[in-house]
Amino acid sequence: MSITMKKPAGRSRDAMAARVADDIPEGWVVNLGIGIPTLVANHVPTTREVIFHSENGVLGVGPAPAEGTEDPWLINAGKAYITLRDGASIVHQADSFALIRGGHLDLCVLGGYQVAENGDLANWATGENDAAPAVGGAMDLGAGAKRVWVLMEHVTKDGKPRIVSRCSYPLTALGSVTRIYTNLAVIDVEPDGFFLRETAPGVDFETVQSLTDAVLHRR
Amino acid sequence: MIDKFVPDIAQALAGIQSGATIMIGGFGSVGQPNALIDGLVDLGITDLTIIANNAGAAFGGLPKLMEAGAVRKVVCSYPRSADSSTFVDLYRDGKIELDLIPQGTLAERIRAAGAGVPAFFTPTGAGTLLARGKESREINGRLCVLEEALFADIALIEAWEADRWGNLTFNGSGRNFNPIMAAAGRLTIVQTQHRVELGALNPAHVMTPGLYVNRVLHVPYGRPIR
Repeated sequence: MSITMKKPAGRSRDAMAARVADDIPEGWVVNLGIGIPTLVANHVPTTREVIFHSENGVLGVGPAPAEGTEDPWLINAGKAYITLRDGASIVHQADSFALIRGGHLDLCVLGGYQVAENGDLANWATGENDAAPAVGGAMDLGAGAKRVWVLMEHVTKDGKPRIVSRCSYPLTALGSVTRIYTNLAVIDVEPDGFFLRETAPGVDFETVQSLTDAVLHRR
Repeated sequence: MIDKFVPDIAQALAGIQSGATIMIGGFGSVGQPNALIDGLVDLGITDLTIIANNAGAAFGGLPKLMEAGAVRKVVCSYPRSADSSTFVDLYRDGKIELDLIPQGTLAERIRAAGAGVPAFFTPTGAGTLLARGKESREINGRLCVLEEALFADIALIEAWEADRWGNLTFNGSGRNFNPIMAAAGRLTIVQTQHRVELGALNPAHVMTPGLYVNRVLHVPYGRPIR
C-alpha cells in the first residue's frame, strides 16, 4: 500500500522568511528566533539598516562570515558564527535582556507550535516528559518586545492546525502575538480574533480556513 | 600591594567544597572558563548546584563534571545541546535536578543578587508553567511573577584581560553572563587569556572592576573550541 502525501501548498521556508523581511522597515531593532526566523536576515538587504539583536548581547549582527574568516569569539544565540556590521555594540546578558524586557525591541520574530486567537503563544514545550525542557529567551521575547510576529508552517507535520482558538501546549507568553506568517497566509491577531491579511500565491481563503482551528475574519 | 593573581589551578580553586552553589560564565562555548571547570572535576567534590545558561556543550568540562556525579542540580535556561546529550541522559534517568528559568529572568536574578535587590516582579513567564509556585500579582493591568535574587557561593569567570587588581575586560560575545556573575558570587574566581600591568587598561574600558574579583589565574589558551 502506498500513501501519496500531498505536498503542502504555498510558500517555501525561504519564501516565508522573505515575506517577513518585506515588512521590516529601516531603523527597527529586531530579534530573530531560532529556526525559520533566522532565515529572515538573509532577505533584508544590508543597504536597509535594520539592527539585528542576538540574546547573548550583540546588537548589529551582520551577514554570516565566509568560511575560513570566522571570529571564534563572535557567536549568536544559536551558537553559529556571526559578523558585526559597522555601528554594532556588545552588552552583558542582563543588559541584553533589559533591552528586550524593557520594550526597546521593535520586533521579535519567533517560531511557534501554536498561536491562539487571544494572542497566546506556545513555542517552548509540547508537554511530553521524556526530554529535558528548555526555554532560552522565548518567554522574555514573547513578553517584552513591542511586536511579536510568529513565523511557522500553517499545520503540523501530521496536518493538525497550529492556529487555534486556545493553545493546548504549555504557554510561552500571554496575549502578545500580533501577526502570524505561514506558508499559506499572513494573519493579524487582533482583539476581535484572527484577520486574514493575504493568502500565499495559489492559495485560496477556503483552504486557509479549513486548515485553521478558529474563525478567520475577512475585512 | 593588592595582587589577586594566583600561580596555579589548585590555589585558584582552594576551599571549594561539596554542596557549593557555583555560577559558570559563558554562552555556548564562548566566555566559558574551561580551565576552572576542568579543575573542579579534579577536586572530586560532589552535590554541586551549577548555575549557567547552558548545561554543557561537547567541549568544556561541564559534561565531564556531570558524568563524574559531581552535580546535584543545574539552574539554567537551555539545558539541551546539539552536541552533548550528557545532561538530557542524566535528567531522563532521574540522576540530576533541573531548575529551568527564562533566560532574561535568569540574568536579571543574577544581576539583582549583585546589586542588592532581593526580588523583583516581571511579566516574563507570568501565567506559564515556569511561574508555578511563585507569587503572581497584577501590576498596572499586567500579570507579573515575583522572582528572587540568585546568589552563588562561587562564580567562575572567563576574562580577556585582567590586571592584578582584578579589573577585567571581555572579548566579543564572551562577555555574556560573566560581569553579572562576577558581582553575584561570594567568591569570584577568574581565568584570563591576557595578564596586563596595572594601569594598562583604559579605566573607561574596564567592564568589570576589580572589587568583584577575588582570584585571577592566567590561562593563555588561545582560541575557544567548539
